[in-house]
Amino acid sequence: MTSLLYLTRRVLQAVAVILVVTVVVFCLLHALPGGPARGILGPQATAQQIAEFNRAQGLDRPLPVQYLYYLRTLLHGDLGTSYTLNEPVSQLIAQRLPKTLVLTVLSAVVGLVIAVPLGMWQAVRRNKPVDYAVTALSFVAYATPVYFLGIILVLVFSQILPWFPPQAPQGDTVAQVLSDPAGLVLPVTAGAASMIAVFSRYMRAATLENLSEDYVRTARAGGTRQHAILWRHVFRNSLTPVIAMLGYYVPVLFGGALVVEQLFNYPGMGLLFWSAAQSSDYPVLLGCVLVISVATVVGTLLADIVQRIVDPRVKAGRS
Amino acid sequence: MSAELRPDQAPGTPASATPPDPRPEPEAATGFRLAAGRFTRNRLAVAGLVVVVLFVLFCFVGPYLYHTDQVHTTLTQVNLSPSAKHLLGTDAVGHDELGRLMYGGKVSLLVGLAAGVLATVIGTVWGAAAGYAGGWVDAVMMRVVDAGIAIPALFILLVISAITTPGVFGLIVILGLVSWLVPSRLIRAETLTLKNRDYVLTLRAIGGSHTRAITRHVLPNSISTIVVAATFQVADAILLVAYVSYLGLGVQPPATDWGGMLSAGLTAAYSGRWWLILPPGLAVILVVCAFNAIGDGLRDAFDVRGRG
Repeated sequence: MTSLLYLTRRVLQAVAVILVVTVVVFCLLHALPGGPARGILGPQATAQQIAEFNRAQGLDRPLPVQYLYYLRTLLHGDLGTSYTLNEPVSQLIAQRLPKTLVLTVLSAVVGLVIAVPLGMWQAVRRNKPVDYAVTALSFVAYATPVYFLGIILVLVFSQILPWFPPQAPQGDTVAQVLSDPAGLVLPVTAGAASMIAVFSRYMRAATLENLSEDYVRTARAGGTRQHAILWRHVFRNSLTPVIAMLGYYVPVLFGGALVVEQLFNYPGMGLLFWSAAQSSDYPVLLGCVLVISVATVVGTLLADIVQRIVDPRVKAGRS
Repeated sequence: MSAELRPDQAPGTPASATPPDPRPEPEAATGFRLAAGRFTRNRLAVAGLVVVVLFVLFCFVGPYLYHTDQVHTTLTQVNLSPSAKHLLGTDAVGHDELGRLMYGGKVSLLVGLAAGVLATVIGTVWGAAAGYAGGWVDAVMMRVVDAGIAIPALFILLVISAITTPGVFGLIVILGLVSWLVPSRLIRAETLTLKNRDYVLTLRAIGGSHTRAITRHVLPNSISTIVVAATFQVADAILLVAYVSYLGLGVQPPATDWGGMLSAGLTAAYSGRWWLILPPGLAVILVVCAFNAIGDGLRDAFDVRGRG
């Protein structure tokens, strides 16, 4: 019962957040030089064309009315048309998004697979040299701009040591991209680095908290081995808060993908966005912002729900 | 946080015309002294402080000891390797790279500091207002924060770079406006616990205004949370400043910052002149690490919740 109530409340909250995002994007649309007409007709449009377009599209109406129109076109899946590529924005994003998801999901998985055991190891070896060394490394990884790390990776592992190509796979489909694993190594490493830094910190803190719980003392007193306590009990209980943080980390992953795709010339949504910014292709820019924000909201929602399923101790009302 | 009501200022003694101010001053002062003691015993945090001070000296006093021309181009001196005359070499238009590191560091540190503080101020006002108001006002204000967090900052910055090229002041405002969200959540959580404390309820009961409750009690008692949040905010802002030139939003030449030096040195680095990007890159990393170490130290010293 309360679960259903919680779920309803969380979904309603997510819808409200998405509405606010559309308001923000709508405001950006109107903050553009020349307004949305310029955005749709392109930079060559004359003042008269813009005035006619505004009248025809109801853009001379009050802003709240226009916002409702805008919302209606969005609900029809219409994100406008790119005026440099001359294709519907929704179609462009549909082509590029899977490739960006490959990059971000791979980075997240690699990041977690390294960060989780690392954080647990740090917790077990708390205040030992290993703990300090990993902490220092994670401070550095967190403080390194992704593009600087990317350049260093290319210089070291592509120029000095010719192990990996400096360019990401160029395939059009996800299958083609995945068929070139060597090309993915450097982009995924660059994308995963800050995630390892942040999540090993979370995992270390969560494990330390669990290690001091009564159930661990009881299990120890009962003769359960350290290894079993750690992996059978502490691991699962420490992982749940970390999963919840994953939802909040989605925007950071997308931000990283933006830089990584540009740096390694990986034709995903980040690169689409990047070239749209260079050519002031506003429909593409705003469409991407909208899609990524919605993806983030949904990601956060899913993480919250998964956390509630995995850990029955998590209470509702934690908004 | 010891913010309890002192017994000698118990409620229900309306002797004076002005409402009594039950803020526990001496205890707070002792708390700060204890926190300062704990902070100075944290070697990592003290090291961070030393690094920040050294960089401030390097960037702001250094140019007086090491004179270089960072405004005019010297086309006879371009792309020189490190030597006794130019310790870190010169860039593509002949600026001495060591001098540029000082010159760019000024912008990075000032913009980062100002943007971090601005973000904390906006976040504090927003979070305190939402938490104190409660109800649907709180719900609406926090959904705005959620929406802001859902839009990745780098994407918004790139959209803004397509629309306009801001100056230093504009850059500070833009960075402040994209990074106030996390502190607002922290301050809201703090306000939620503080607004039902006895001394706030007492103030309200004897006719004190909401404004007074917030400015005299909620905010002063959140000061340690605010200071810790601000420190992390400055660290993040300096990191963000390193991104803006890369995104095309940076300060215009001949002015520069560490991020601008990094982007300018990109192609040079690929053709082997790594000394153009390593110093600014390491400078960003060191300063951001230092501010994060200070933040960690302050958080532990004040014993408040903050970023993990």
